[in-house]
Amino acid sequence: MMKRRVLLSAAATGLLATPMIWRQAGAQTVVGVTKTEIKIGHTIPYSGPASAYGSGGKGHTGFWKMINSQGGVNGRKINFISLDDGYSPPKTVEQVRRLVEQDEVACLFNPLGTPNNSAIQKYVNQKKVPTLFVATGADKWGDYKNFPWIMGWAPSYQIEAQIYANHISKIKPNAKVALIYQNDDFGKDYPLGLKAAWGAQYDKFIVKALTYEVTDATIDSQVVSLRDSGADTLITVATPKFAAQMIRKVYDIGWKPLHFLSNVSASAGTVLIPAGAEKGIGIITATYGKDPTDPTWANDKGMNEWRAFMKQNLPEADMLDTSYVYSYGVCLTMLQTLRQCGDDLSRENIMRQAANLKDLDIPTVLPGIKVNTSPTNYHPMRHMQLSNWTGTSWSLFGDLIEGAG
Amino acid sequence: MDGVLHQVFSGIASGGIYASIALALVMIFTATHHVNFAQGEMAMFSTYIALTLIEAGVPYWGAFVITIVFAMVVGTIVQKILMEPLMNAPVLASVGVFIGLLFIFNSVAGWIFTYTLKPFPTPFGEGGPLLGGFFSRHELGSTAITVVVLFSVWAFFRFTSLGLAMRAAAFNPVSSRLVGVPVATMLALGWGLASGIGAIAGMMVAPIVFLDPNMMGGVLLYAFAGALLGGITNPLGAVLGGFLVGIIENLGGAYIVGTELKLSLALIIIVAVLTLKPAGLFGKVLASRV
Repeated sequence: MMKRRVLLSAAATGLLATPMIWRQAGAQTVVGVTKTEIKIGHTIPYSGPASAYGSGGKGHTGFWKMINSQGGVNGRKINFISLDDGYSPPKTVEQVRRLVEQDEVACLFNPLGTPNNSAIQKYVNQKKVPTLFVATGADKWGDYKNFPWIMGWAPSYQIEAQIYANHISKIKPNAKVALIYQNDDFGKDYPLGLKAAWGAQYDKFIVKALTYEVTDATIDSQVVSLRDSGADTLITVATPKFAAQMIRKVYDIGWKPLHFLSNVSASAGTVLIPAGAEKGIGIITATYGKDPTDPTWANDKGMNEWRAFMKQNLPEADMLDTSYVYSYGVCLTMLQTLRQCGDDLSRENIMRQAANLKDLDIPTVLPGIKVNTSPTNYHPMRHMQLSNWTGTSWSLFGDLIEGAG
Repeated sequence: MDGVLHQVFSGIASGGIYASIALALVMIFTATHHVNFAQGEMAMFSTYIALTLIEAGVPYWGAFVITIVFAMVVGTIVQKILMEPLMNAPVLASVGVFIGLLFIFNSVAGWIFTYTLKPFPTPFGEGGPLLGGFFSRHELGSTAITVVVLFSVWAFFRFTSLGLAMRAAAFNPVSSRLVGVPVATMLALGWGLASGIGAIAGMMVAPIVFLDPNMMGGVLLYAFAGALLGGITNPLGAVLGGFLVGIIENLGGAYIVGTELKLSLALIIIVAVLTLKPAGLFGKVLASRV
C-alpha cells in the first residue's frame, strides 16, 4: 500500500512537473524556464569514493536558496536540481540524461569530475545544453571550436603546469626535473602543459617521468626511481592520498628536491598536515583562490562576505573545507551569467552570456584575478600565483602569472 | 645496482602490507573455504575504531587489543547474521553478500568518519630510516608483527584441536558434524579470527598508506595475488607470496613493464597461478572425498 502511494505521488509530481518547451523564431530554444522559475541541473558525488567533494554541492544548494530568498534572478526563482553520481562516469551520463530529458533543465551547472564530464561532453554538445563552469581543471573544457556548449571555470591544469615550467626556467635554468603524475586525464594534462612551456627544452629539463595508478597501494617504488635519476627538482601531480605519501616518502629517504605540488592536493587539512606539516616545508604550489586557513585573508572583505554567507546558510559546515570557497565563487559566476541574460533565457543566450563575461570580480579568488570569457576564450581564469608551504600555512610570493592555455 | 636494491627493499616493505592481508584471507579460506572480498574493508573499519580509541586517550597497545576484540566480535556477528542462513546456498550467493558487505563497510565508514585522509600513529616511533636507509622503523616493526601473527596462525591450525576442528568443519562439514564438531560455531570462530587478523593488518598498513575509507581497495587485490601465489591454504606460503608480489611488482614496474602495468602484473599472477598451479607454490593439493 505504502509503495503504491509513493509511486502514485511520484507519478503525480512527474505530471505536474511536465515542462513547457517552445521554440521561438530564429532557432531559440527555451527549455526549463517559466515566468517564475529557472531550472538548473547539477551532478556531484554525494556518495562513494570521492564523496569528500560532495560539500561543494551543499554549498551550491545553500547559495541558490539564499538567492531565492532574496527574490531570485530577474524575478525568477532558481530550481536547483543536484543529483548524486557517485563519481562514476556511467552514472553521470544517466543522471545528466535524466536532467536533460526528464527534468528538462535550462542548463547544467558545475558537474564535477574530469572523467565524468568527459563522459557527457559529446552528449551535452549534441543536445546543445549549456554546461557551464564544470568542476574540473582539464584543459579540454576550453575547446570552444569543437565543443561550444561546455566550459570550465578554474585555471586549467595545463596553465598551472606552464606556470611551474616558467618558474623553473627562471630560477633554476639547469634543473634536472623528475615528474610523477596520475595516469589519467587529470595527470596527463601536466606533461602537456610543461611541453607547451618548454618546447624542445622539455627533454633537457625532464630527466625522469613516471606515472602511478589510483589502484596502487603505495608509490614508494616510484619515489625511489625518481631519486635515483639524479633529479634535483620534483613535480608531483597527485590526488590527496598519493600526494601525502609522496611528501612523506621524499622526506623519509632524505631526498631534498625543489618540490612542486599540484594545486588539487595543496590542502593544508587533507594533505600537508596528515603527511606531517614539517615534512613539506618549502613545497611550492600555484593557486588562484583564497585559502581559508591563510592568515592573510583573516580580515579580507571578500572572505568575510563568504564567511557571512556560510554562517547564515550553512552553519553546520566545516569552514576549513575549500570546497565551500570554490562553490561560492563559481555560483557567483553563474549568477552573473543569468543576470546578463535578462529576460532571454534561451539556451543560446545563456551560452552567449557565459561566453561574454567581462572583468568579473570574484571575492574568493586572489586580488587581480578577473573572470573573462569570449566566444574564442573558454578559459574564464588564466592567472595563478605561486605559494609555498611554511610548515603551518601557505604563503603567497611573486606576482600573478598568466598561463597561455 | 643501488637502484635495484632500493626497489627490492621497497618491494619487501610493500610486500609486508600484502602479506598481512593475505594472512587474513588464508584464515578465512581455511576456516570457511570462501574468499571474503570484504576482508579489506572490515580491516579498514576496525582501523577507524582504533583511531577513535587512540584519539579518545586510550594508549596505543590498549587500543590495539580492544580493536582486535571488537573486530572478532563484528566478524562473528556478520557470520551469524548474514552467512549462516546461506550455509547451503550456492557459492555465488555468498559472493554477492561479500560484495554487499564491501560496499556497506566502505560507505558506513565514509559516513561516520568522513572521506578525509587521516594520519594513523605507529607504535614503533618515528625516527630515521634503519638498515642503510632501506627501511623505516615502522616497516621493520610491522614486518615483525606479521611474522608473529603468521606463526600464531600456523601453530593454531597445526597444534590445537580447535584448529583441527576448524579445518575439518571447512573441509567437510557433513562428516565433521557426524563426528561431533560444532560446524556452525567453528565457521563463526573462523570469521572472528580472520576479522581480528585483518584488524592487525589494518593498523599496520594505515601508518604507511594513510587512513581513508578506500585504504584497502588497492591492497586487497595484491594481497589476493600474494595469497594465491603462496598457496591460499598455507599461512607461511601466503606470507612469502605477499612479499614476492611486492618485489615482483616493484622490479617489474621499475624495469620491465613500466609503472602503468603494475596492477596488470598482479592480475597476471592470479591468472597464471590459477591455471598452472592452483594450489600455489607452497600449498597442498586438496582432494575432497565425499
